[in-house]
Amino acid sequence: MANIWVFVEETNGSPSTLGLELLTKARDLGDVTSIYLGAGDDEAFAALGDHGATRVFHVDSGERLPSAPVAAALAEKAAEESPDLILFGQAYTDRDVAGRLAARLGVGVLSNATDVRITEDGVETDHEIFGGAQVATAAMSAAPHIVLVRPKSFAAAPSGGGPPAITPLVLPDTGGSEARVTASHVEEREGPQLGDATIVVSGGRGLGSADAYELIEKVAKPLGAATGATRAIVDAGWVPYAKQVGQTGKTVKPNIYIAAGISGAMQHLVGMKDAGTIIAINKDPDAPIFGVADLGIIGDVHKILPQLIEALENR
Amino acid sequence: MKVVVCVKQIPDPATPYRLEEGTNWLVRPSEQVLDDTDRYGVEMGLQLAQANEGSVTLVSMGPAGNAQGIRQALAMGADKAVLVEDDGLRGSDALTTARVLAEVVKREGFDLVIAGTESTDGYAGVVPQMLAELLNAPALTYATSVETDGSAVTIHRQTLEGYDVVSADLPALVAVTAGVVEPRYPTFKGIMDAKKKPVDSLSLSDLGVDSSAGQEVVSITEAPERSAGRKIEDEGQAFAEIISLLEQRKVI
Repeated sequence: MANIWVFVEETNGSPSTLGLELLTKARDLGDVTSIYLGAGDDEAFAALGDHGATRVFHVDSGERLPSAPVAAALAEKAAEESPDLILFGQAYTDRDVAGRLAARLGVGVLSNATDVRITEDGVETDHEIFGGAQVATAAMSAAPHIVLVRPKSFAAAPSGGGPPAITPLVLPDTGGSEARVTASHVEEREGPQLGDATIVVSGGRGLGSADAYELIEKVAKPLGAATGATRAIVDAGWVPYAKQVGQTGKTVKPNIYIAAGISGAMQHLVGMKDAGTIIAINKDPDAPIFGVADLGIIGDVHKILPQLIEALENR
Repeated sequence: MKVVVCVKQIPDPATPYRLEEGTNWLVRPSEQVLDDTDRYGVEMGLQLAQANEGSVTLVSMGPAGNAQGIRQALAMGADKAVLVEDDGLRGSDALTTARVLAEVVKREGFDLVIAGTESTDGYAGVVPQMLAELLNAPALTYATSVETDGSAVTIHRQTLEGYDVVSADLPALVAVTAGVVEPRYPTFKGIMDAKKKPVDSLSLSDLGVDSSAGQEVVSITEAPERSAGRKIEDEGQAFAEIISLLEQRKVI
């Protein structure tokens, strides 16, 4: 059986959903060890076992920014037992640890994978390219194969596995200067989390101005929807980065996705094209967003959204 | 303070990208543009260097072409550029890229390395972290703000729920998000000055880096296409179509 490690970060005291998705996939590929980053408690470890981990390498970096010390600890452990595959999510801390670990081990990283297979020669991964129009299948020569998997590529499901064996990993001194986390700020937000929402309403450059983003919020409110945005308007400073949907932002898979004033750049499509139903409003009849929309409306968001808001509020 | 900013020239994202037959490498025309993501890193570097009596060196790997993307970053105000171009680097993976950048950064010397969070054309999203590891420097990533007094650096690191305040002593690497700072547009004087600024060109043999890519694209297949549905023109009543679809989907 292949020896597979899965990186799982703690979020609000529990294993992240992304981590559980990766464990669920990994248990079909081999023997699963979860690297667990966080304070950790019996309940968290039980959840890892219930999703397929038979062992847990527990790391708690405290105030130290995890990337350098965790990568150093994992590199030592990898030298001991040569895992075949190490799965990470395409997420902030995952990328930090995976990048440093790969450089330390002198192996590559395959990023943005949407599927992973064990083959006779090693590991094969699928990657959506050009906004999801094509799938590139990649292979890597040297083990351990380090793969970053996009969120929501697999559905997390319990396996009924019992409690895993816990091995705490000591974080070594990395020698150089280290980054420290001195404070954490949680931004106030209204409504549901973008990543988990069943309805998402997003706006793009077609809104015309930062002020017009209010229209997106007003559509979202009566629907109980989360609000999203394109990279263009995040870069323009209209809305915070946390709202960005797409390649460099969040991947969403809501039942309903409403795209207002969004042309449908590849960068955006890859983050939302798997939504159940897509409704798009755009002035340009040739906008690529219409290629994936179940209902495409050629029109002005400044006319249609106020009408939609009124209709929703009057229900 | 010595600031090094990693930049990349990429095919214009407004044009369709295609892959080379046989190798499946991205086709790179001689006319490339500065990755928009990098304008934020260059601007951040310029502001921090100015506040700390420093200099800004650009480091880039890839086919130079007419180097107009590099000139654009020089026109913003960077002092010089070092370009690594070599046929042996075609199809390089993230690790090879990081190794090349690390060699150049070590040669140039640095207090602060700035990189974008990920490129727009390849978006592997791990090169800054790999580079930091090879430089044995801390990597302060996903920065939405950056401050330095010349001896330590403090950033706001984007998290899923807000941000963390992260600090480290220099030398260090900072990977910035778009929006960390408002990039300037080059002035006419900047564009003229850029023509006279030094652009050093290096090859693989100058650096002695092993460029054997450890990964390859073995096949390309068409993804199952999501078929487009109904497309209508708004004549004042299109909002009702949305309401009716939301009703059908039982969300209102």
